[in-house]
Amino acid sequence: MIATAIFLLVLFVITLSVAAYSTYGERKVAAFLQDRIGPNRAGPFGILQPLADGTKMFMKEDFVPLHANKKLFLLGPAIAMITALLTGVVIPWGGTLTVFGTTINLQGADPEIGILYVFAMVSIGVYGIMLGGWASNNKFALLGAVRAASQMVSYELGMGLSIVALVMLTGTLSLSGIVDYQIAHGWGIIQQPLGFLLFLVCAFAETNRAPFDMPECETELVGGYHTEFSSMRLGFYLFAEYTNMFISSAVITTLYFGGYHVPGLASLGLDPNVAAIIGVAAMFAKTFFFIFFFMWVRWSVPRFRFDQLMNLGWKKLIPLGILNILLTGGIHYLFNH
Amino acid sequence: MKEREKPDFWQKDLVQGRDLRELTTLNLGPTHPATHGIFQNVLTLDGEIILDTEQTIGYIHRAFEKIAERRPFYQITTLTDRMNYCSAPINNMGWHMTVEKLLGIELPKRVEYMRVIIMELARISDHVICNTIIGQDAGATTPFLYVYQWRERIYEVYEEICGARLTTNMGRIGGWERNFSDIVWKKIRAIVKEMPAGLKEFEKMLVRNRIFMDRTIDCGPLPADRALAYGFTGPNLRACGVDYDVRVADPYCSYQDFNFIVPIGQNGDTYDRFMVREQEMWESLSIIQQAMDKLDAMSDKTTFRADVPEWLLPPKEEVYNEMEALIWHFKIVMGETDIPVGEVYHCVEGGNGELGFYLVSDGGRTPFRLHLRRPCFIYYQAFPEMIKGGMLSDAILTMSSLNVIAGELDA
Repeated sequence: MIATAIFLLVLFVITLSVAAYSTYGERKVAAFLQDRIGPNRAGPFGILQPLADGTKMFMKEDFVPLHANKKLFLLGPAIAMITALLTGVVIPWGGTLTVFGTTINLQGADPEIGILYVFAMVSIGVYGIMLGGWASNNKFALLGAVRAASQMVSYELGMGLSIVALVMLTGTLSLSGIVDYQIAHGWGIIQQPLGFLLFLVCAFAETNRAPFDMPECETELVGGYHTEFSSMRLGFYLFAEYTNMFISSAVITTLYFGGYHVPGLASLGLDPNVAAIIGVAAMFAKTFFFIFFFMWVRWSVPRFRFDQLMNLGWKKLIPLGILNILLTGGIHYLFNH
Repeated sequence: MKEREKPDFWQKDLVQGRDLRELTTLNLGPTHPATHGIFQNVLTLDGEIILDTEQTIGYIHRAFEKIAERRPFYQITTLTDRMNYCSAPINNMGWHMTVEKLLGIELPKRVEYMRVIIMELARISDHVICNTIIGQDAGATTPFLYVYQWRERIYEVYEEICGARLTTNMGRIGGWERNFSDIVWKKIRAIVKEMPAGLKEFEKMLVRNRIFMDRTIDCGPLPADRALAYGFTGPNLRACGVDYDVRVADPYCSYQDFNFIVPIGQNGDTYDRFMVREQEMWESLSIIQQAMDKLDAMSDKTTFRADVPEWLLPPKEEVYNEMEALIWHFKIVMGETDIPVGEVYHCVEGGNGELGFYLVSDGGRTPFRLHLRRPCFIYYQAFPEMIKGGMLSDAILTMSSLNVIAGELDA
């Protein structure tokens, strides 16, 4: 019990610091892609930049516009942040670790419906954006919130359909179950290439990252749903976005890249603890690669127009998702009967 | 010209015939991040579709035409800087050429070629800004930073010639203030040699990019007849398919000596405007190369102005030490040189279109009347027609692709 509590605390800290350093990473990656240097003033190589940013956020005036709905305005960023942090609990970060005779499962909780839990959290997260944008009583914020809501709803469908195919294959909704299946039968990417592609595209949309960053695109909507937010409330929104990116990368890794599985590690006959730690490292390495991928895409392509985004979601991704389910079902039937 | 599909706005209550739309009024500007300057659009939106728009201009109107009536000719040059500040040297030289036309000054070929080089550099920097901003407004920041360094390199050339970067106040009536230094030539040569690689990289990121094409094709189109009716010129008119270029139609500054293509588009949409500007940058690079070759072939390496001493500011050294020079300097600066009575119109192909100066002189030290034909002012009139029926995102891209510069719009 205590072990789980400690693990959750560690997970919480890691999630927050990864999110904080993603902001630094994003700026460095952007600089790298754009022939610039990036932050290099706060500490060596600018590694204290997130701290400086955080301090700045806390020091700013916490401003609530006069005509905003105060309660909802305050609730918005909180919901966004809480849901972003809660998702990490069900992700299997590694196998089991035995310390002083206590076995620690490197997964906060393993509900039978792990995937549905992730979906539920992501869906609640959109309320943070919607409430914040709507309560600001600002037209730009409202437009951003409306865009965010419809985008999330549309892409959740595509995401759900791509998962259905995977679940048909693995026969479980539990995330650790899916990882176990991949360890036994090979990674999800090999078995579900189309599903992976669909999931990846939807993940971009769900995290509001470019090229799907319509809800907050600064050239049209000033700041989108967080136009009226200042101080750490704004910080929470930005932080939630980076946390979501981290969690999405972890989910992608878990579902399609074998989670903490390192091919060939089991045959080396290492100490189980060492193997578990290598597994955790592998999990994080894969996750960081996807975080980098998110950034890489953001700084490479323009963003869609809103109707084009909807067309892509409804007319392309959803039919492809259904096709993927049919294909998976067909192949499954042919080989297993 | 493809007929644009317009969504059916009129959602009516079928029983009572009421209009069921809930419209929003949105102020786009004057301090919106995407207006890139200070002007306002009051949009009437149905969801994200623009039904109507009304523009307000004049936020930075500085009454240049009126101010010019009280200023000697050299002091008007600084006003022209502040119109289209993305290509200030073209404005400066356009004004100087207007005065030269009034005074009947003939320029040596070398001086004209030098002017052509700088004007084409200015055109490149103008187009670089416009095209990268289209990308930026479409959400692509990286291409913007890829080529923006070329604008920086061009500004270094300006700095080497006249000491200023943005508001250049470059050149003099009758030519240049001094001969270009070796550093200037070196820098120009480096730009001509190295820029194509950068430009190619930029084009690779956007020109055939599916998202960018979807965003810009059929975004803010204007048919050629409407463009002509509004008085469009420059890249925005050429994007509609009309091959009007002042450099070809009414050559000035020896542009007839150069071999270049006038690129045109078809639909007059944002993508065509982007592509026309992109192509013009290549043509400008070629013109600069041709001018350099012509200058290299000349034996004369020192002439930098026409023989018009009454418009030539004496060197500072002499002004400080010799009385004659001081008087001469004073007379030029205060506009005490002889100016004929007459009226002239001169236009140049500015970064943004036909930039015209209509100068009426009554023989006094200042113009009797000066009218500035500013292309941005004309483009902005067409803006409502171009964006109606489109989406909010289209309006932003259309505005950046028209390259409306607030300084030139309001003057």
